[in-house]
Amino acid sequence: MVRLEAIRLEQVRKTFGTVAANDGVHLDLQFGEVLALLGENGSGKTTLMNMLSGIYQPDGGAIYVRGQRAQIRSPRDARRLGVGMVHQHFKLVDSFTALENIVLGPGGGTLRAARAKIEAMCGEFGFPFRPDQRVRDMSVGEKQTVEIQKLLYRGADILILDEPTAVLTPQESAVLFAMLRRLRDSGQAVIIITHKLSEVLEISDRVTVLRRGRSVATVPTAETNAARLTELMVGRPVDLKISRPACPQAPELLRIQQLTVKNEEGYALRDVSFSLAGGEILGVAGIAGCGQKELCETIAGLQKAESGGILFDGQDILGHSPADIIRRGISMSFIPEDRLGMGLVAPMNIIDNMLLKTFRHARGPLLRRAAARAMAQKIIAELEIATPGPHTPVRQLSGGNVQKVLLGREIESNPRLLITAYPVRGLDTHTSFAIYDLLNRQKQNGVGILFIGEDLDVLLELCDRVLVLCRGECMGIVDARQTTKEELGLMMTGSRLQQAQRGKGAAE
Amino acid sequence: MIRIVKRPEAGRRRNLLIWAGAFVLALLAGAAFLALLGQKPWEIYGMILKGAFVGSRRNPLSAIQATIVKFVPLLLVSLGLTLAFQMRFWNIGGEGQMILGAIAASAFALYTPNLPQPLLAILMLLAGCAAGGLWALLPAVCKVRLGVNETLFTLMMNYVALYLVAYLQSGPWQRTPGFASVGSFSENIRLPKLFGVHIGWLLALALTALIWAYLRHTKQGYELRVAGESQTTARYAGMRVGRIVLRTMFFSGAVCGLAGMIQVAGIDYTLSTGVTGGVGFTGITLAWLAQLNPPAIALAAAVFSILEKGSSSIPPDIMAAEAAQVLQSILLFSFLICEFFRRYAIRWRAAKP
Ligand SMILES: Nc1ncnc2c1ncn2[C@@H]1O[C@H](COP(=O)(O)OP(=O)(O)OP(=O)(O)O)[C@@H](O)[C@H]1O
Ligand SMILES: [Mg+2]
Repeated sequence: MVRLEAIRLEQVRKTFGTVAANDGVHLDLQFGEVLALLGENGSGKTTLMNMLSGIYQPDGGAIYVRGQRAQIRSPRDARRLGVGMVHQHFKLVDSFTALENIVLGPGGGTLRAARAKIEAMCGEFGFPFRPDQRVRDMSVGEKQTVEIQKLLYRGADILILDEPTAVLTPQESAVLFAMLRRLRDSGQAVIIITHKLSEVLEISDRVTVLRRGRSVATVPTAETNAARLTELMVGRPVDLKISRPACPQAPELLRIQQLTVKNEEGYALRDVSFSLAGGEILGVAGIAGCGQKELCETIAGLQKAESGGILFDGQDILGHSPADIIRRGISMSFIPEDRLGMGLVAPMNIIDNMLLKTFRHARGPLLRRAAARAMAQKIIAELEIATPGPHTPVRQLSGGNVQKVLLGREIESNPRLLITAYPVRGLDTHTSFAIYDLLNRQKQNGVGILFIGEDLDVLLELCDRVLVLCRGECMGIVDARQTTKEELGLMMTGSRLQQAQRGKGAAE
Repeated sequence: MIRIVKRPEAGRRRNLLIWAGAFVLALLAGAAFLALLGQKPWEIYGMILKGAFVGSRRNPLSAIQATIVKFVPLLLVSLGLTLAFQMRFWNIGGEGQMILGAIAASAFALYTPNLPQPLLAILMLLAGCAAGGLWALLPAVCKVRLGVNETLFTLMMNYVALYLVAYLQSGPWQRTPGFASVGSFSENIRLPKLFGVHIGWLLALALTALIWAYLRHTKQGYELRVAGESQTTARYAGMRVGRIVLRTMFFSGAVCGLAGMIQVAGIDYTLSTGVTGGVGFTGITLAWLAQLNPPAIALAAAVFSILEKGSSSIPPDIMAAEAAQVLQSILLFSFLICEFFRRYAIRWRAAKP
């Protein structure tokens, strides 16, 4: 079958100040294929795609769309050329319906004419379409579908998705992939960025690998595997195994007693109880939005609880603000999900972000930056953070590097209890493994770790025990060495532990 | 169709160059306006500079001294507002806080005019700061406790302060019946002079350095910048956001109050409704123009006061005072436009493909 070329990049270069985000990048994309773009954090994937969608202009090189040399000066130019991009942060209007979001904007036409057209389009691709649902009532997966429908409606046949699965549950990802396959089979060209190698292998036809802004290889997916791809990304072979060191049983560190938390919609957490010892990693599994965020934030003192107890070393800290908790000398670190919104100060540089938790320790009214500077340099080196230096504002770092800054800071504070919500979300494989190692080292030092995860394989390999949440209720706590993905899956969808085991037994 | 898009951030060197360029462009825009009026632009600019720096034959320093007199309150108020703005607290109440500082200082001038001069000066200074600070604290408390919008609140408090002065002038503090005036204060309250100008200028410059250091190098300054960027992050880090807001607003108002006290004890030697000269509002523009950076604010305030003083000394038969005002606005406005283009680019395009 003769394929048509959708996109070709030649020697594309883009620099920010002194940073060369892209340099000498080659890439080609055919219609009727899914191309995965792979690379470590800060290797320039987002920057490259932003040039295709008209957000940035290249400093050098050439872009060809459908074989024609193209100047993409704005998202509108991109749209005219049939290029559409779904950004990691959705650009939908919350109070509008799906239909309104898809149609409104220049050249959208009338709502009524559009409705029939979109319905036809969705029928053709087998997409779910609920035109009158408001965006604010949608799940992340549904929002993403609307973003894609919007691009298709606007005539895009070259689709770019920047880390679309980072915020999706495995189930939602499966739905997305089915959608992408249908698009591919009907002749659309798709570029997908993801850090999850299993997804790359599952969905793509070819893979282009970027390393430090350069394109180092393009390989057919069928002829490669996870280890080889990682080696291409990093430049040397890396070991992709998560270890689970055994630690001597330490005394109980944290006990949660019948914790109940309410939010606007009702119960966010209901009667959740568990305990966590030092030297242990307790995983929390669950479909997104099942109370994980509330659990973390309530322990950290950022949310109020209806009832229950949070005992840290036997001391009840429920109802204390983070300020109180710090003042009582409770050594706890929380790595929140929303890194730039909560854990870090976006316009401040890395050094000043290091100060966030420690600035109080210095005596007198003045800030002491020397220690923070040393710490910044240390984590830049240890976690291989891609940045021109410690004086770079965190906002200018790539998504993964932002996470490394936050994680590095919290681990440096030597907490006894570490709460991490999706710590490897948006991180490349290599770095994710470095993070698992780091967590394991903390565990070996006797730190108790509450690990909110999404990848079941990782939860099973890394954690000692796994607690499963479903709609704010604890479905049971299982030994990670003895349970299976299927059992976790059943519990995540609402079966209690015993039921899940019985179900499994019956199936056997 | 016009679209406005954000530019990528530029380096510090480039920014400095752009600002220098913006300054030149602003001068050119002003020149174009002057040319339209049939003036010779460079002569008028020359006159402005001369008016701001070169005094009379008898007292060659008089012009520069008058420029500094304009410079001091402008700088102080901009600095005060900057503290609040860094915390993203929209303090539009610089006028009112400055007036309260002036009222408190005047109370000492009226009731204890015979204290030893240094003691009196210190008391007036403390009273001015405290009054401005407390005046600013009221909207801050309402914001923290009740979530009242501070923008409107601080703005309205300006008028309350203004009418308070009007009441005092024609009420309890009236000097001669029939005249709405508190009269001239005793010589004893006047601030000492240094190089022919009251020492307020020294205070203002010292405060510039102090506030710069406060923001960059103290724990409190760090806290207020974090809280300004994200209250959630501040809470996450164990900061007491309410307390930070109250403290910062007190300081913000106190610095504005200091400006009022200096105006009374250094220049006016009386209390009138015109005590602020509008700097509470001009200060807002300057603070943002200088990106809330104290040294840059000092520079902006200097340029602005040179313009003010210089253009006010152009003889009216050459150019009307109103024209001079328009010129000033054009300069400021052109600079702001350049600043806008530093951050955003405009894309022109045909209406439809
Ligand atoms: N607006 C910007 N200003 C300055 N530097 C930038 C800007 N955007 C990106 N960079 C730098 O360019 C490099 C590439 O960033 P980019 O966001 O493209 O990486 P990425 O491959 O998408 O990484 P990640 O997987 O972490 O999202 C990084 O070093 C980043 O710090
Ligand atoms: Mg990216």
